[in-house]
Amino acid sequence: MRSSYRARLIGISVLAILAAVAILFYGNPAPAGSRGYWTIVESRMVSVGTILIVAFCHGVGTVVFHAVTNNRILTPSILGFDALYRVIQTGLVFFFGAGAVAASDGLLKVVVQSVLMVAFATLLYGWLFSGTHASLHVLLLVGVVLGMGFSSLSTFMQRLLTPSEFDILTARLFGHISVSNVAYLPWGALVCVIVGAILWRRRHVLDVVSLGRETAISLGVAYRREVVIALVLVAVLISVSTSLVGPMTFLGFVVALLTYQIVGSSEHTRTLPMAAAVGASTLLIAYFILRHLFYAAGLINVIIELVGGLVFLGYLLRKGLR
Amino acid sequence: MITVSNLTKRYGSVHALGPVDLEIPRGGVTALIGPNGAGKSTMLTIIGRLLSGDSGRVEVGDLDVVTADSRELAKKLAILRQENHFVARLTVRQLVGLGRFPHSRGRMRPDDVEAVDLALEFLDLTPLQDRFLDELSGGQRQRAYVAMVLAQQTDYVLLDEPLNNLDMRHAVTMMRQLRRAADELGRTVVVVVHDVNFAAAYADLVVAMVDGRIAHVGPAREVITPYVLTEVFGTPVDVIEHRDRPVAVYYH
Ligand SMILES: Nc1ncnc2c1ncn2[C@@H]1O[C@H](COP(=O)(O)OP(=O)(O)O)[C@@H](O)[C@H]1O
Ligand SMILES: [Mg+2]
Repeated sequence: MRSSYRARLIGISVLAILAAVAILFYGNPAPAGSRGYWTIVESRMVSVGTILIVAFCHGVGTVVFHAVTNNRILTPSILGFDALYRVIQTGLVFFFGAGAVAASDGLLKVVVQSVLMVAFATLLYGWLFSGTHASLHVLLLVGVVLGMGFSSLSTFMQRLLTPSEFDILTARLFGHISVSNVAYLPWGALVCVIVGAILWRRRHVLDVVSLGRETAISLGVAYRREVVIALVLVAVLISVSTSLVGPMTFLGFVVALLTYQIVGSSEHTRTLPMAAAVGASTLLIAYFILRHLFYAAGLINVIIELVGGLVFLGYLLRKGLR
Repeated sequence: MITVSNLTKRYGSVHALGPVDLEIPRGGVTALIGPNGAGKSTMLTIIGRLLSGDSGRVEVGDLDVVTADSRELAKKLAILRQENHFVARLTVRQLVGLGRFPHSRGRMRPDDVEAVDLALEFLDLTPLQDRFLDELSGGQRQRAYVAMVLAQQTDYVLLDEPLNNLDMRHAVTMMRQLRRAADELGRTVVVVVHDVNFAAAYADLVVAMVDGRIAHVGPAREVITPYVLTEVFGTPVDVIEHRDRPVAVYYH
């Protein structure tokens, strides 16, 4: 079992590497070795880097989220993350105008946005977990309600925008893997490495936490504390990804589902690395096919969401909400 | 010794427990019996610090379960609840291995592996150890949970209806093993049993609960009597002798 796990991990990582190489070098219009050739390769490297970060954030984030919420269906987006992203974007355009938003593109904006999202998550969890009877179901319900609240707020502000402002906003609300912010990439990568290291150190605690509150406490784990820590780390990961390419509602679900299928057991020693590998290869392959074979760059997020959404629905219909 | 003093618990408007005072001596098997809703699970869960009482104290060994460090407590006290649900997918061996967490913090040393092997063997699970829990029958899964609790190797072991779902042979084996854990390993075992005859056959001390209170405490011979059982369960119960042990008969 151990060796087959390792073989699978290596196989899937090799797939990811192949896809990355294909993205970098396939169908480069400039003559090989020329200056333009390398410029194009460099710009494609940005895409690959972005994909790796996004895949890591959603894959690992969702697996951890599933462990601490004791479910395998709901993803962090249900906690109002996507909706919060939309409300922040809309708010920026609404209050400062499209010009200000275009000008404020860059690291600062991304940092502010991430901090806002993590702060929101921390406040929410802190508040919910301070009561003695708060359960995760309550948390999820509150997430859904807040998500609806944020969506209505966004819609309300969007009605008041001028058509040109609305245009700029819509462009931002749909993610783009191809046009992420270069300056932000190294920071995103750094955050992923740090959060990944923290989660890896806590992988055994995550195993215990995934057995539920009672069993975890009986095994001497400070359950509430561990859950909050894990959820904040998940919030950090998802906000990094969202700031980079916008919301991706079903990516995490699909990657986690594949990871569980491939690994078999839920031990985090295995699921965490596998989720990162599966995420990377799925997203890289999808990107390569859509962008380089079908020239559908603009539709990548839409198609991934569509496929992910269908998988999600199929899963719900087959297995039910449990 | 487990000392429960003046313990009470309400769920909203439902008065579930107390006030209860109880002393469970060190070593031996103590059985909790009583009708559904008598408060057995509530009391056991509070002793196992998975639920907090409204008032009163619980001490296990010399530790107050509310204030003691949870990690330290996990090396002294293990509890199996009546219901166990989680979506994590684990093999029997992985689950039992997690029972070692208080000692190993996830890094299994040889003595942890040994404890896991022992617990698996104790519950007749060695042939099933690499099966996933969702591929087992209810009774096999129940045994895996008990093995996990035993692998924790604590002085005090609390089990809420561990005989759930077990067939005759495995129910008897389980009670024998709990008896062995008490006699050979010096554990203090507190077990909620549905079938009073298991209490009669295996327990040193029987605690009968009704309506959140303790109605009778004593050796099996004193509690498993027609008078006490009829009163506690509210249905006519006869007691006969079989191999020097009382046996309750209540099918008519
Ligand atoms: N979570 C709960 N919420 C409300 N009432 C509860 C809860 N758990 C138990 N009770 C009530 O408390 C009483 C004692 O329950 P319990 O300790 O589970 O009894 P037992 O284990 O002896 O069958 C019962 O009346 C039961 O209905
Ligand atoms: Mg009960």
